Amino acid sequence: MGFLEYAPAPESRSILSLKESYGLFIDGEFVDGSGDPFTTISPATEERIAEIAAGSAADVDRAVAAARRAYDTTWSRMRGSDRGKYLFRIARLVQERARELAVAESLDNGKPIREARDVDVPLVAAWFFYYAGWADKLEWAGLGPAPRALGVAAQIIPWNFPLLMLAWKLAPALAAGNTVVLKPAETTPLSALLFAEILQQADLPAGVVNIVTGAGDTGAALVRHPGVDKVAFTGSTAVGREIARTVAGTGKKVTLELGGKAANIVFDDAPIDQAIEGIVQGIFFNQGHVCCAGSRLLVQENVHDEVVERLKQRVSTLRLGDPLDKNTDIGAINSREQLDRIRELSDLGEREGGVRWTAECEIPQNGFWFAPTIFTNVSTSSTIAREEVFGPVLSVLTFRTPAEAVAKANNTPYGLSAGIWSEKGSKVLAIADQLRAGVVWSNTFNKFDPASPFGGYKESGYGREGGRHGLAGYLAPSKPTVAAISGTVEKTDRKGAKK
Amino acid sequence: MTRLSVPKTYKLFIGGKFPRSESGRTVEVRSADGSFLANASLASRKDARDAVVAARAATAGWAGTTAYNRGQVLYRVAELLEGRREQFAAEIAASEGVSREAAEAQVDAAVDAWVWYAGWCDKYAQVAGNANPVAGPYFNISVPEPTGVVAVLAPQDSSLLGLVSVLAPALVAGNTVVLVASSRHPLSAISLAEVLATSDVPAGVVNVLTGRATEIGPWLAAHADVNAIDLAGAEGADWVDLEIAAAQTLKRVLQPQDGVPALSLERVVAFTETKTVWHTKSTA
Repeated sequence: MGFLEYAPAPESRSILSLKESYGLFIDGEFVDGSGDPFTTISPATEERIAEIAAGSAADVDRAVAAARRAYDTTWSRMRGSDRGKYLFRIARLVQERARELAVAESLDNGKPIREARDVDVPLVAAWFFYYAGWADKLEWAGLGPAPRALGVAAQIIPWNFPLLMLAWKLAPALAAGNTVVLKPAETTPLSALLFAEILQQADLPAGVVNIVTGAGDTGAALVRHPGVDKVAFTGSTAVGREIARTVAGTGKKVTLELGGKAANIVFDDAPIDQAIEGIVQGIFFNQGHVCCAGSRLLVQENVHDEVVERLKQRVSTLRLGDPLDKNTDIGAINSREQLDRIRELSDLGEREGGVRWTAECEIPQNGFWFAPTIFTNVSTSSTIAREEVFGPVLSVLTFRTPAEAVAKANNTPYGLSAGIWSEKGSKVLAIADQLRAGVVWSNTFNKFDPASPFGGYKESGYGREGGRHGLAGYLAPSKPTVAAISGTVEKTDRKGAKK
Repeated sequence: MTRLSVPKTYKLFIGGKFPRSESGRTVEVRSADGSFLANASLASRKDARDAVVAARAATAGWAGTTAYNRGQVLYRVAELLEGRREQFAAEIAASEGVSREAAEAQVDAAVDAWVWYAGWCDKYAQVAGNANPVAGPYFNISVPEPTGVVAVLAPQDSSLLGLVSVLAPALVAGNTVVLVASSRHPLSAISLAEVLATSDVPAGVVNVLTGRATEIGPWLAAHADVNAIDLAGAEGADWVDLEIAAAQTLKRVLQPQDGVPALSLERVVAFTETKTVWHTKSTA
């Protein structure tokens, strides 16, 4: 066994006791869906995990009705402190069942168990814990003395962080006093359905949270539903546009967390060791299935060769394989469809003049896999430098001056995130000011915290999730308290004498 | 013998200059009692595009000024507007057909609105932003920044206060604006542009188009270099189409409302983006 070889250390699946099939979670109970059920598979093996009910428009209707009933009769009348206690309960139950949730997430999504265990699930608990405390403090949220809940929130979440995105959506909505109908992604419904069991254990009143699984048409029915007051969506910019069009003129409040093409800027005075780790973390975390991934590496020209060389060395040590193995760094691509897209864009990158380098690693027989890939000699006009790949593919570009770095970083219709690597604080702050992105990480990357707002500029969407700002998406502010200044008043000259 | 008056030619205001519409079109503006007031420019799609180019060019400079400086510039607008109170009152009275007293009250309210919003420039970030206590060794702060270029359809029924109530809040954070004046009462908007042109407001920060909101609105709503649109003065059912057009570029949209918007910090924050910056803390 060589220096960098490890014996397999698989996490046991025995902690999971999965059902053969899962229904929709409506009004506090699992019920059959009226659409054609679908199968959720492990992307690492293509093995069937369970059969999942598909929600039809009629099911969506039932779920929205249940949420409305719960809003009217229970949740909107409950004291904030009691809503908070339910959320605290949920946070604790997530911690108690953390291992089980991590295994389920890794199995269904394909992400390394190390990440599900150390990042996703702990953040889920943290998110509920953070917003639990807001539930009885809404008058301090900066929205006036008596902000009001919106009503029923429709929430549609993606497959890259299934349970974490559920937490990002549910926790602030419930803390603010809304009830919810949530649709998990078609390829990753499992953890949301286990989470529904946690809601039952927490004794959350029926109908406060309803989970309707299904594909895009289920989501579309939910967005269109006239009984919905709020739409929150995380996913592609294309679908985000469609949602913005659908809700136009309805007065529904909308939060959209969409695509990104983040620049990760490395200056020649950067701490190179940390920068290399940060670049790897930025693009290869979660197989690059991250909307804020640092997919465009902008390196100052004089350190380009050194950075790229060391990056390749480091990426060569990443272990790709069984997501449930605790030593695995790179798991499976979430679906065949996504794998096809990554392949297509990478091939295009090559045809457009990019120089492709791929880490040598053994690709398992079954499942969907894509080895970590770095493109050098990429120009700003290359497709892989412009379009979101949503996979473990890094494009490397260069710059000479800070002004050029900023211009290239901002040269995208997206504006979700960015990274800056430099030991010089004044430079970091000046660059951070000029980047048109909602989250800027300096000398770090892909850090998340429930207290920290997250969301994009431009076509990366609007609204923020996380922190105090994340509450605003689920509350209507009190009416402005400023008195009209147009009334007739006595006029005075500049010394205060009456005119 | 009475003196023959010298009437003003009302033109557009784009990039700090007062051009006529490139289309050569004008629209007759009449007073409430039907007498001729002026031929206002009837702005075209090309004028709207020129205005967006001017506004985009001005974003870096205006957003880059200090908040203290922006506050003083907006306060300067109030000062100069106060000095031209008589002119604006006469213009409002003629166009809206209201009493002289009501017209003067509208000018006063407009001046006071500039003062109120001027004071927000160096404060709104303290109210809308905050430090975030994240669980790790990081400095983490969220601050609001200007969205960029904001298109504004001014309220239709109010000639001066309406447009000031939507223009001033958009400027507070450092956005630049393409404003479409009230189709019914366009003249005060151009007179206000004369005030802006002499108030240290940099060229291109405010651009004023007169004409039909129904004609220019769709171009601005669909324009890829406009970041946000305020539909305050988009009346009737057609504003839904504007919102649909705005969805293509995921613009921030403020929906129409009746009458003149009240003073509000919300209108300032509506045209901002929250940026959250993380920085590692380490003694190494």
